[in-house]
Amino acid sequence: MSATVFQNARIVDPSRAIDEIGTVIVENGTIRAAGGNALGQGVPDGATVVDCAGKAILPGLVDARVFVGEPGAEHRETIASASHAAAAGGITSFIMMPDTAPVIDDVALVEFVLRTARETACVNIYPAAAITKGLQGDELSEFGLLRAAGAVALTQGRRTLASALTMRRALTYARDMGLVVAHATQDPDLTSRGVMNEGLLASWLGLPGIPREAEAIPLQRDLMLARLTGARYHAAEISTAMSAEAVRRAKEEGIQVTAGISINHLCLNENDVGEYRTFFRLSPPLRAEEDRLAMVEALKEGTVDIIVSSHDPQDVDTKRLPFEEAAAGAIGLETLLAAALRLYHSGDVPLLRLVEALSTAPARLFGLPGGTLRPSAPADLIVVDLEAPWIVREADIRSLSKNTAFEGARMQGRVLQTMVAGRTVFSA
Amino acid sequence: MTDAPAFPLFPHRHLLGIKGLSPADIELLLDRADAAVAISRQSEKKRNTLRGRTQINLFYEASTRTQSSFELAGKRLGADVMNMSVASSSAKKGETLLDTAITLNAMRPDILVIRHSAAGAAALLAQKVTCSVVNAGDGAHEHPTQALLDALTIRREKGRIGGLVVAICGDVLHSRVARSNIILLNALGARVRVIAPSTLLPSGIERMGAESFTSMAEGLKGADVVMMLRLQRERMAGSFVPSTREYFRFFGLDAEKLKAAKEDALVMHPGPMNRGIEIASEVADGPRSVIQEQVEMGVAVRMAVMEALLDPRRNEDAA
Repeated sequence: MSATVFQNARIVDPSRAIDEIGTVIVENGTIRAAGGNALGQGVPDGATVVDCAGKAILPGLVDARVFVGEPGAEHRETIASASHAAAAGGITSFIMMPDTAPVIDDVALVEFVLRTARETACVNIYPAAAITKGLQGDELSEFGLLRAAGAVALTQGRRTLASALTMRRALTYARDMGLVVAHATQDPDLTSRGVMNEGLLASWLGLPGIPREAEAIPLQRDLMLARLTGARYHAAEISTAMSAEAVRRAKEEGIQVTAGISINHLCLNENDVGEYRTFFRLSPPLRAEEDRLAMVEALKEGTVDIIVSSHDPQDVDTKRLPFEEAAAGAIGLETLLAAALRLYHSGDVPLLRLVEALSTAPARLFGLPGGTLRPSAPADLIVVDLEAPWIVREADIRSLSKNTAFEGARMQGRVLQTMVAGRTVFSA
Repeated sequence: MTDAPAFPLFPHRHLLGIKGLSPADIELLLDRADAAVAISRQSEKKRNTLRGRTQINLFYEASTRTQSSFELAGKRLGADVMNMSVASSSAKKGETLLDTAITLNAMRPDILVIRHSAAGAAALLAQKVTCSVVNAGDGAHEHPTQALLDALTIRREKGRIGGLVVAICGDVLHSRVARSNIILLNALGARVRVIAPSTLLPSGIERMGAESFTSMAEGLKGADVVMMLRLQRERMAGSFVPSTREYFRFFGLDAEKLKAAKEDALVMHPGPMNRGIEIASEVADGPRSVIQEQVEMGVAVRMAVMEALLDPRRNEDAA
């Protein structure tokens, strides 16, 4: 196989705490060297040499929360279309949520996803399996067999386990099987018919609100159960200062807990809902600006470990409805990196920490290859112009669904090339 | 417009809410409605200002009063009125609101009156049709013609709205009537109070331009107007309030509680009333009740709104 040498690149590799100008050498699908003195090992014969002229090379992003419509809702997104959107967004691996029809709660479904990904996708796709059969919240799925088949995590996807007993057993058994339980918490009773953040804005719009406590109460329960069971618990998508504080205290206590946040909750707030804009109906709902600021701080200090796109394709049939009746969710694969770079350009979060949260940390957390430019790691990397300005346009979106929360948004930072195992799967 | 005084042009194409209207816009609609009251009280009630115009009433929630009020208003102005109620429409067959809207739009109506259980439904519709849209109630968001008819009733009885103390009592949380009234009354300079158990008050009410009370005796003290809200059946037992008898005991308006208000305080209710739950018959049918006047003002306000939206001068501008 051929070799490629990227010269004059700004190499950002959180796995080795590197942010320096240097060279990346890719050979036979793996990274041979990456760093300021990588050329010391010589250029392989016949290698293609690329002058990056100071553009950045990062490990490809690893997105731990992606909803795909296949199987069951292929008109919204297929595994193939999601992979192309991911590649364009600089994502080289993602974890697919089990909220499909049928639900990914069985070995056959895990195998279906992996086979379809192998045959049609251009990035690495790892299925997460449902904690309970059919996501119904009662019977545990076959954790051991699912893991052996290739499931990388356990989750209820969009749903929250109502039963503390089921959660306790799931955590206990997942610990034995070496799987992380990734759970998004939203108490269904307290949420009731809620569709946006509870507060003055919802009151004026006449929309039922979701209090912050709806997220924090089941989260607190889970953290106590994680302490009780010693299992690895991942708060999949938190959105409030209250939840961040709970995670911070749990970490201080030594509980094996990690937390994720969606890019939407780092960049947007409840005011973006405006006059019933359904593309901003999300779950958890967009919160107040104070919450957003607290989440940025939690990301910076590491209380929040990873950033996810929470890519959730919805069609006109589920979005072109009155706000209360519309489905929650927004796509995000193609805008994840550019939106996250807003925090770098604004000076809120250093680039190294940002890339860690987008790539290195999720790979480590779920035990996936990638997330690093270390020699002998798979050559999952992206070349990025950190400064290039662009505008998000519906016509340019590769996802089959167009429900972006960033329509018309001005971005700074663009993916020029995406490489998965040394193969270029996207180039601008 | 031939026999009416020349009113200024109403600067909006739709009436989706009271929010977004200036005090002058509101006064204009009230002035027009005053003129419409006179017409309705003549033996010859029919005008021809909307002759040849088509009005479609699209009601996703059953509402005999509001729908017939809009229908009568349209007919008195000479419009062709078509009622589409949900039971007989394709909405029951799964057609979405917007598909229905696009279909109706193709029939080239001049005005669409919509009532829907979801907040924002009227605004959504207005984005997709080329005619004027009137919000006849969207979820817990707004019910602008109700607030206008309440204001007209108050203005005719009291001669003004500015400076009056208006107490809105009951299920403010789920009430579009309350929201529209809070905005309108604040715009015209009234002092608004809300009185309800806290389970029926929206989050952030203290920042919505209303002083909140959980005691009728406190909240009604010195009130010029007492506006009762309907308590929906599904909220009566257990979930928001423990029982109807407890609710009536603490929040139902009876002669005794009314004593706290000013002697000449008006008693209002948007209807339909739950007698013995939010209001006692002695008060509803008593001398201070203007509940029947509200119904009459409803027709006048709806005539005024539709005339203002379909002002022929607007077409001349466009042409």
